[in-house]
Amino acid sequence: MPARPQVIIVGGGLAGLSAAIKIIERGLPIQLFSIVPVRRSHSVCAQGGINAAINQKGENDSPAKHFDETIFGGDFLANQQPVKDMCEAAPDIIFLLDRMGVPFNRTPEGNLDFRRFGGTMYSRTAFAGATTGQQLLYALDEQVRRGEDDGLVEKFEGWEFISVVRDDGGACKGIVAQHRTTLEIRAFPADVVILATGGCGLIFGKSTNSQVNTGTAASAVYRQGAIYANGEFIQVHPTAMAGEDKLRLMSESIRGEGGRVWTYKDGKPWYFLEEWYPAYGNLVPRDIATRAIFKICTELGLGIDGDNLVYLDISHLPDDLLEAKLGGVLDIYEKFTGLDPKNVPMRVFPAVHYSMGGLWVDYDQMTNIPGLFAVGEVDFQYHGANRLGANSLLSCIHGGFATGPKAVEYAQGLRTRVSDLPERQFRQEVSRRQEESDALFRQDGDENPYLLHKELGEWMTKNVTVIRYNDRLRETDQKIQELIARFRHIRLPDNHRVANQALFFTRELWNMLELARVITLGALRRNESRGAHYKPEFPERNDADWLHTTLARWTPEGPSFDREPVDLTYIPPRPRRYDVDSAAGVVQKAAAAPANDPTQASHLPARPATQPERATATRP
Amino acid sequence: MTADGTEQTRSAESAAAPSGRVVRVRIKRQEPLEPGQKKPAVRWEEFALPYQPLLNVHSLLMLIQRNPVNAAGKPTSAAVWEYNCLEGVCGSCGMVINGKGRLACTTLVDQLTQPITLEPMGTFPVVRDLVVDRTRLFDSFKKVKAWVPIDGTYPLGPGPKSAPDSQQERYLLSTCIACGICLEVCPNVGAQSPFVGAAAINQVRLFNEHPTGKMHADQRLQALMEEGGIAYCGNAQNCVQACPKGIPLTESIAAVNGQVNRLAWRKLFRK
Repeated sequence: MPARPQVIIVGGGLAGLSAAIKIIERGLPIQLFSIVPVRRSHSVCAQGGINAAINQKGENDSPAKHFDETIFGGDFLANQQPVKDMCEAAPDIIFLLDRMGVPFNRTPEGNLDFRRFGGTMYSRTAFAGATTGQQLLYALDEQVRRGEDDGLVEKFEGWEFISVVRDDGGACKGIVAQHRTTLEIRAFPADVVILATGGCGLIFGKSTNSQVNTGTAASAVYRQGAIYANGEFIQVHPTAMAGEDKLRLMSESIRGEGGRVWTYKDGKPWYFLEEWYPAYGNLVPRDIATRAIFKICTELGLGIDGDNLVYLDISHLPDDLLEAKLGGVLDIYEKFTGLDPKNVPMRVFPAVHYSMGGLWVDYDQMTNIPGLFAVGEVDFQYHGANRLGANSLLSCIHGGFATGPKAVEYAQGLRTRVSDLPERQFRQEVSRRQEESDALFRQDGDENPYLLHKELGEWMTKNVTVIRYNDRLRETDQKIQELIARFRHIRLPDNHRVANQALFFTRELWNMLELARVITLGALRRNESRGAHYKPEFPERNDADWLHTTLARWTPEGPSFDREPVDLTYIPPRPRRYDVDSAAGVVQKAAAAPANDPTQASHLPARPATQPERATATRP
Repeated sequence: MTADGTEQTRSAESAAAPSGRVVRVRIKRQEPLEPGQKKPAVRWEEFALPYQPLLNVHSLLMLIQRNPVNAAGKPTSAAVWEYNCLEGVCGSCGMVINGKGRLACTTLVDQLTQPITLEPMGTFPVVRDLVVDRTRLFDSFKKVKAWVPIDGTYPLGPGPKSAPDSQQERYLLSTCIACGICLEVCPNVGAQSPFVGAAAINQVRLFNEHPTGKMHADQRLQALMEEGGIAYCGNAQNCVQACPKGIPLTESIAAVNGQVNRLAWRKLFRK
């Protein structure tokens, strides 16, 4: 009988903590690694809510409809089995979070309240004010702290993941990490490793993401042989406020509660989303709303004062509703602008927000490296070509709950324990990484890593986000290769051997550059438009040639691409339109909402169906 | 230290950009202890940075990362500080700005008099520059058992019903970002005192108000009756004024104090 398996989880956001909770519940100990104290993970930034078709509002909602709308919203690129499982698991997840003490908003009767979100006609989103991610993260953090108190969780906060250790057969047998204060590099053996390290928004310079979201861990294991899937699918959120340091998210829930997007046309407010998409109005999915705002600003020249800005307006909504349901996000706007959005419409523009792509995983959430699992935004599993709002918190928690037991099952099935392994592999990996770290200290030149990162971000944001042209994608890849060459001339802006943040950032930058090529070249290859990926030269979805998952493998010459078919077991692909109510394909939704519901956009006068975002876009 | 600072202020003016406004920032730099060293070397370093409207303190520090040159025009190391979300919700960037505990991300340059001074929160051990070790804060959450002890993660149906008013109250208490500012401004918290501080007491109130959490209220109160517990509060009320999330910390302390007293009475009569 082998000893108990050694489990490592890297990342303490919703996905990592969910996996941890499921494992310690079985009485198995875990080691939990995180750059920041886990309570400060990026999940804390999620605002609007978490989806579950509990049908609390008598709308005849169901997990089957949630499943259909998630697949439809993702433009049929997601493998269907995991999405179906997620939507079916959602109601129990919400009930569990409620039992953990998440202060979800309540109805007058004391039940869970739900609100509307993009890409659905149903009130399916549970929420805690407008800081739902914060509240969910805290609830899971508290359960894990309880596990720590019980001696089952050993936290390594302030240790940054550098690489995995693979045995002679290629299986993952642990990690190498570096302490951010002492700079010590050490190997941590494990029978199984779960990566839950989040997204990669920092590749685009300024985004809505937190500063840890560099994608460094995903890129590191990609360089070690893990497959990266659908990297070209990057969600650009329609509404964020500009800033010198980051672009701050102005939650979709603002529109879910009745906020309206408009700009001036002929001296009068023009509610262009409501006009173009009479069925869904302001609650079209994010890729659609983002392209519409781009069209307004860059093509029609109708942004506010000629700038790349439109209004997001809540000034018509009652103060008590705003306070109870949106307080957290409105505070952010007010703090950074000094303007009260209850009186003055907010000025917003799209911003990079989420990566649908990520490490390829099988249905057990294991990457192609045996023993290395991935879950949360770092995987590619649940959102296809575009993620629906309030599905990310769900995918993190559901994914984590699924991954924990599967990882344990894998480890328990192994014939040998990592403790029986010779130390050689660990020593080799540590000395390799130590040498890389020392080399960065020795580098001399006139490049600054933070300025190189700024340059990368500007190129990526300009050419690899909302509207993509093949020639510009090619130029961007050339540029990334230039930055990779210039990387060798970086001199660290700090040469201290304690708490040297520049050392860590510079290594993250290298990983960002590697992953930027995967994103850019993946976009270059995919000659169609699907979900968040839009090419004016190829404006239609092309299922015949491109209904495939993109797979990228690292080679010294750059990413090598391959593809695999999408699992379409349940819902056959159909055209994706939001100007009419065509989302509820499997289940007709006619009787779903009460006829007198004023929030039903379908009561707006019908207009000729148009698809402005697919219209002939002229190049600016 | 003061003389050093004054000297650097003078040189800042000569280093100011030829055109455009300049933001003057003085940062308390502290290196970790070298072996054999008793007191850490502390110095003030001044920077002259280009002004822009709506800049926050975080952005100033970013400018130094990109161009680590001080106001005297000398190359220096980029200052280190903790940061992550940049929108006032992760709690990383608590520091002392112009003498007050604040978040570097939500504090705007336009609200501050210059030169802007940045110091680490001295209540916690300083790691380097503006980075401090807030382990004691997270440990205090463990000490007061700040969680709902659920039976398990398997399906057990919906949670307890909750009145909207009670949800709103718990929500506000639950927005604590563990930044540590309430401990920094408290005269009774520090290296010399075991006082857990307002953040942990607020957690006790939060979990003692939850329908399930309250079943175990006495355990949390017991923790606050021990060494470093609520009796150490001197009612200075600095915490509630400094809290960047507007949490009614003194109300929490009063409420929990009442609960502790009632428990003490019950225990007295049980004997």
